[in-house]
Amino acid sequence: MSEYVSDSRLERVLKAGHLGVTSECGPPRGSDPEEIKKKGMLIKDYVDAVNVTDNQTAMTRMSSLAACVHLKLLGIEPVLQMVTRDRNRVALQSDILGAASFDISNMLCLSGDHQSFGDCAQGQNVHDLDSMQLVQTVRYMRDEGKFLGGDDIKRPPRLFVGAAANPFADPFEIRVPRLAKKIACGAEFIQTQCIYNIDKFKEWMRRASDRGLTEKVFIMAGMTPMKSVGMAKYMKNKVPGMDVPDEIIQRLAGVEKKHQAQEGIQICVEHIQELKEVPGIAGFHIMAIEWEEKVPEIVEKSGLYPRPEV
Amino acid sequence: MIIAEKKPIEEIIREVEAYDRILVLGCNECVTVCEAGGKKEVEVLASVLRMNFMAQDREKTIDERTLERQCDHEYLEEIRDVIDQYDAVISLACGVGVQFAAEKYMTTPVLPGVNTVCLGANEDRGLWTERCQACGSCVLARTGGICPVSRCAKRVLNGPCGGSTNGKCEISKDTDCAWQLIIDRLKALGKMDDYEIVAPVKDWSTDRAGGPRTVTREDVKI
Ligand code: SF4
Ligand code: SF4
Repeated sequence: MSEYVSDSRLERVLKAGHLGVTSECGPPRGSDPEEIKKKGMLIKDYVDAVNVTDNQTAMTRMSSLAACVHLKLLGIEPVLQMVTRDRNRVALQSDILGAASFDISNMLCLSGDHQSFGDCAQGQNVHDLDSMQLVQTVRYMRDEGKFLGGDDIKRPPRLFVGAAANPFADPFEIRVPRLAKKIACGAEFIQTQCIYNIDKFKEWMRRASDRGLTEKVFIMAGMTPMKSVGMAKYMKNKVPGMDVPDEIIQRLAGVEKKHQAQEGIQICVEHIQELKEVPGIAGFHIMAIEWEEKVPEIVEKSGLYPRPEV
Repeated sequence: MIIAEKKPIEEIIREVEAYDRILVLGCNECVTVCEAGGKKEVEVLASVLRMNFMAQDREKTIDERTLERQCDHEYLEEIRDVIDQYDAVISLACGVGVQFAAEKYMTTPVLPGVNTVCLGANEDRGLWTERCQACGSCVLARTGGICPVSRCAKRVLNGPCGGSTNGKCEISKDTDCAWQLIIDRLKALGKMDDYEIVAPVKDWSTDRAGGPRTVTREDVKI
């Protein structure tokens, strides 16, 4: 993993053996770019790159690509998230080229939440490709310099390609094989689902490492601080594929309401400290949902600041 | 088979309001099996319509007929000599039957009496569930005999997605996750290694995407 495939700072940090740090920003539900710029500036110096979500939870928002460009112009490195729900292979390839034209250097390939969760529940979905096929598509465009249709691309995109993984998703027996499959498709970094069940996550890492997968891909552990016991309960009961142990809920419930947010941050920092020691962990993806201002504190307290020069 | 369900009676009444002589036309195939448009349903609908119009003191002719199939010229021809006696036909066949009748009898309005839902199976008494979306290029050999095209809400060919929970799909606790079913079946077959074979980008030109599809068989043509 020594040669650079892109101009991505994230790629250089990870390949130099540093623990990488990414965070995420959701584009606004309107056309004012100030909000996303402000979010970006809050975390700029504390992370290596910032994921920009693509109509997350199927709510219509400013396009991920446009928001990425706003960040890029501020000198913040974006990770373009792309879901396969809304665009067919023509649109996906076209947006990949558009991103590359702004020298956006990272991309995360996802299938996206079902549209029934969002504001266009009566709309069609596309799913021409799935997330693994999207990974293959970007890799093909980058490495072969060709469109899926076979024609040559003038100035192929140079993107560092990532995928998501959920160590807690059902069914149990495919948790690691599914990661292997994403790697086989060409994923170079993985950002995981939010981790609260540390023991189960370590078990997943151990199995991934036994199969040699941690040698082939950079695994960034997903971290989301809890704002309150209410949020913890909601995540446990309402969010598909989320594993929140009861002890987290009890710990938050054990402190006064006005201190719960701080306790949530403390839990998050402790988890990062603990996971830093786990073999195969390449970094952290800190998703402080609508709470970006807390990212610097988490990064600092976890000993991940300052970010390395690369 | 093709699964259909009855349209709401208010919608049918609205559709036929303007006509005085109406033929309710059933079909003896799929819609009979899924109890949406066979002889029995024709009788029920015709009686409801009669009662409705009688209550309004309106004089209407409502006749009943059920054909062997409405997706076949031969059977549809059976109503040619009576079709002119009607101002409209309510067809309780699937969308195919409705259209075939409409194409054949160009000057008679043919209205749908059912909503055509999917290609499915009779899973239980009173329960019909989707199994196939006729994608035109079947992948079942690679997916343990369970279809990810019709049964996964995202048509994920390398699944499951991150939303699969306790065997259920993220869209609803009542919907099985197709990929859970695929994995269960691969396990039962002792073929879990097949799970790691990557499904390539699919050619959807045989699906809806390619436009209306036809099957031509020179060997059976006359
Ligand atoms: S793969 Fe296509 S043809 Fe086969 S069952 Fe599914 S939808 Fe039908
Ligand atoms: S939960 Fe399962 S069936 Fe539902 S969209 Fe995801 S993979 Fe498909």
